[in-house]
Amino acid sequence: MTVQNIKEMKRNFVNLDVNPCKMCMPMGASLAFKGIEDSMVIIHGSQGCSTYIRRHMATHFNEPIDIASSSLSEQGTVYGGASNLIKGIKNVVSIYQPKVIGILTTCLAETIGEDVNHIIEESGLKKELPGIDLIAVQTPGYGAGEYKGYWAALRKTVEYYAKPCEKNDQVNIIINEMTAQDIRELKRILKLFNVNYAIFPDISETLDGGFQKRFDKKAKGGTTREELMKMAGAKATIEFGKLTPVNLSPGRYLEDNYGVKLYSNPIPIGLEGTDMLIMALSEITGEEIPQELKDARGRMLDGMIDSHKFNREGRAAIYGNPELIYAVSSLCIENGVEPIMISTATDSNGLKDKLKEKLKPHKYNPIIIEDTDFETIQSNCVENHVNILIGNSDGKFIHEKEHIDLIRIGFPIHDQVGAARRLYIGYEGSMRFLDEITNTLLDRKHNTYREDMYKEYYA
Amino acid sequence: MQNSCQSTAMKCDQESLSGAVSQRACVYCGARVVLNPVTDAAHIVHGPIGCAVYTMDIRGSLSSGSELYRYSFSTDIREKDVIFGGEKKLAGAIDEVINQYHPNVVFVYATCVVGVIGDDIEAVCKKAEEKHGIRIIPVKSSGFSGNKKTGYKMGCNALISLMGEKKGETIPYSINYLGDFNLAAELWIIKKYFEEMGINLITGITGDSNCESLKRAPLAQFNIVQCAGSMTYLAKQMEADYGIPFVKVRFLGIDETIKALRKIARLTESFDIVKKTEILIERELSKTNEILDIYKEKVKGHKAAIYVGGGFKAIALIKQFRNLGIETVVVGTQTGDQEEYEMIKELTEEGTIILDDANPSELEKFALEKGANILVGGVKERPLAYKLGLAFIDHNHERKHALSGFEGAINFAKEVDLTINSPVWDYVHRTDISCQKEAL
Repeated sequence: MTVQNIKEMKRNFVNLDVNPCKMCMPMGASLAFKGIEDSMVIIHGSQGCSTYIRRHMATHFNEPIDIASSSLSEQGTVYGGASNLIKGIKNVVSIYQPKVIGILTTCLAETIGEDVNHIIEESGLKKELPGIDLIAVQTPGYGAGEYKGYWAALRKTVEYYAKPCEKNDQVNIIINEMTAQDIRELKRILKLFNVNYAIFPDISETLDGGFQKRFDKKAKGGTTREELMKMAGAKATIEFGKLTPVNLSPGRYLEDNYGVKLYSNPIPIGLEGTDMLIMALSEITGEEIPQELKDARGRMLDGMIDSHKFNREGRAAIYGNPELIYAVSSLCIENGVEPIMISTATDSNGLKDKLKEKLKPHKYNPIIIEDTDFETIQSNCVENHVNILIGNSDGKFIHEKEHIDLIRIGFPIHDQVGAARRLYIGYEGSMRFLDEITNTLLDRKHNTYREDMYKEYYA
Repeated sequence: MQNSCQSTAMKCDQESLSGAVSQRACVYCGARVVLNPVTDAAHIVHGPIGCAVYTMDIRGSLSSGSELYRYSFSTDIREKDVIFGGEKKLAGAIDEVINQYHPNVVFVYATCVVGVIGDDIEAVCKKAEEKHGIRIIPVKSSGFSGNKKTGYKMGCNALISLMGEKKGETIPYSINYLGDFNLAAELWIIKKYFEEMGINLITGITGDSNCESLKRAPLAQFNIVQCAGSMTYLAKQMEADYGIPFVKVRFLGIDETIKALRKIARLTESFDIVKKTEILIERELSKTNEILDIYKEKVKGHKAAIYVGGGFKAIALIKQFRNLGIETVVVGTQTGDQEEYEMIKELTEEGTIILDDANPSELEKFALEKGANILVGGVKERPLAYKLGLAFIDHNHERKHALSGFEGAINFAKEVDLTINSPVWDYVHRTDISCQKEAL
């Protein structure tokens, strides 16, 4: 087989972004903090940032999302926002009594040069609010997309809690782009290996809570501070961040500074991705692979065979954050769904090289686009006869205009319910996800083939 | 902030408390709300990507023509633009948008960062206007420079700028309809009434409007204003600039709709129009009441909490609930003004809680305390309502059903019925599986 000819492209316009395919850093960081037990987020900036981010998260998770704002006004912008921020933090404490507060900056705060750590030091807040961890993360909206904001928050948090400590048997699991249901499935798998784990961040309850007779505005669940503090002495870290920039990787930080062995894994979507997780767990624990998982793998293989011929008709456009599209592309490649276009709005940090490896035994020549917008994705979809879109619900505009079916994964999913309940990972999740792709292709075929045949051979 | 009915003047229209989880948005948001429905405009957000992506195609405004307004254009400014300035990028983006999409007008929104780094967007827009020969209008909407209401004003200023000089004679029996954004065809519903009455609608402002219709707006004989919070300022400006008198109306609920139609008919001083209007009202009213009576039987006796953007909306909702036999026990708005709060006080029972810029904790507290079982609110309030086990009415810009006019009154009743009488609440309020056992 010849070496692949992956085409790299740029977005269509130089100055203009048409229908953005990314969000901003504070969004990613907010998502990260939502997975910490008893935490609150305050966004240091103007009111709109927190309101928009709340709205965006609320429609995806269908959960109340409380995020505070320092409500920077004209005056704060001119004279500095320190007093606003301090007042804001105190108010958050009095209303929510959190144990952890993520303090995120914005475009505005960064541009006027707010140094949050300095403000906190100067203010004496730490003394005033004992037992509350104030974790500041720099997240200017112009700095990067939500992808890097997410990792920046994880890294800062792990750095905050990491202290030399006794070795323990905890396995750190660093989560990325997983649904609440995915995390619950991951826990099930971990239990099969009898692992003492710390999942960070853990949104499985905080952003997918059950109905209770008495509503508590403090969501249950989340990674505990104790778990975070034990991370530096843990047995190993599995980080679902094969493409995470080194300077933002919490697992890398723990390995470099505390010698905690790091497994940089892809998100366990697809056969190989799941195998890698299972093998890592087996290696770390020294346990045999449980029969239950072997059985699940067998069922997945069986299912893959069932659908392989149908899948071959798939011509997919995959978009989203690098790690997720790597995992989704893997699933497609393994099953014969041709990745026509793989695109991300961030710089993809080695995505192309990693994909090349994956693509080696296949004949696919996908277009890879970095720093993309939806307009670029749309025009390429049309040009290259894409018949299935895989990504978040912001691609619905292309679905509406070009009538290309959209399989939803990632964040945000606004136009359908149940985003938090979807399962994509592990053998079970991967197979469900693949079935959704296959069945969508089948539906399309069944709906059109009579007419197509008639037109082609009779009319 | 919370005041009970008995207290003296409320403090409203102030800045939100730092650290509060306010439901309010920013100046940009307000400006975008007002201008977004201008269908053949290119809306360019000059700023980092967030402001553009969070407002991408989220509103339900419909168009009878161009779909350009649904695109989310942004200069997506980065760190280097913040340092070196974003003017060049903006100029380039304007060129690109015009060459590729051929808009009839371009609105350029300033965001927080742009306000701070000092990009002279007015100069960039002016230069681009000369180059391209279409209106390219800067909107001063830096987020920190006020609240959502400031944004409404900035949006209105942009509209005034687009309308320009009055060119031509006033058209008899003609109106502009301000403060309807044609969500779920609401403007079209009202437009049909106008046609039947013999009134010429020049343009919605800004529902289903376009560059051409807005430029003709100065020729109207009257302005009617629905969303008073966002549009009273514009109406006053148009009165001063073009001598167009305005009246405030509301098309939410049958009472308000009838009042509005009569008010508009009387304005024209045409006996013919008044006659036609009465025929319309009589026909629609009996048709609508017949249906509403059925729903009233199904929903009466419940208690409502209202949390919406503007005060006028809250007022109309209180009346609509009353018509269905539902009392309102909590009322809150984001941007209500003194006058509106006074009216709310008059309309509601003693002891009703009235909130300005309420946060979720307050909403929760009072809704439960007052025994509300249905909440009206925006997108962010929906999950809270559901967690509290409350039925919910979507009163936001994303909804897919009209709430205006007679049709809207029916839709409203329908929605109240479908949420409040859903079987789900029977299960929810017996959450325990052991209770379930008894029930079976």
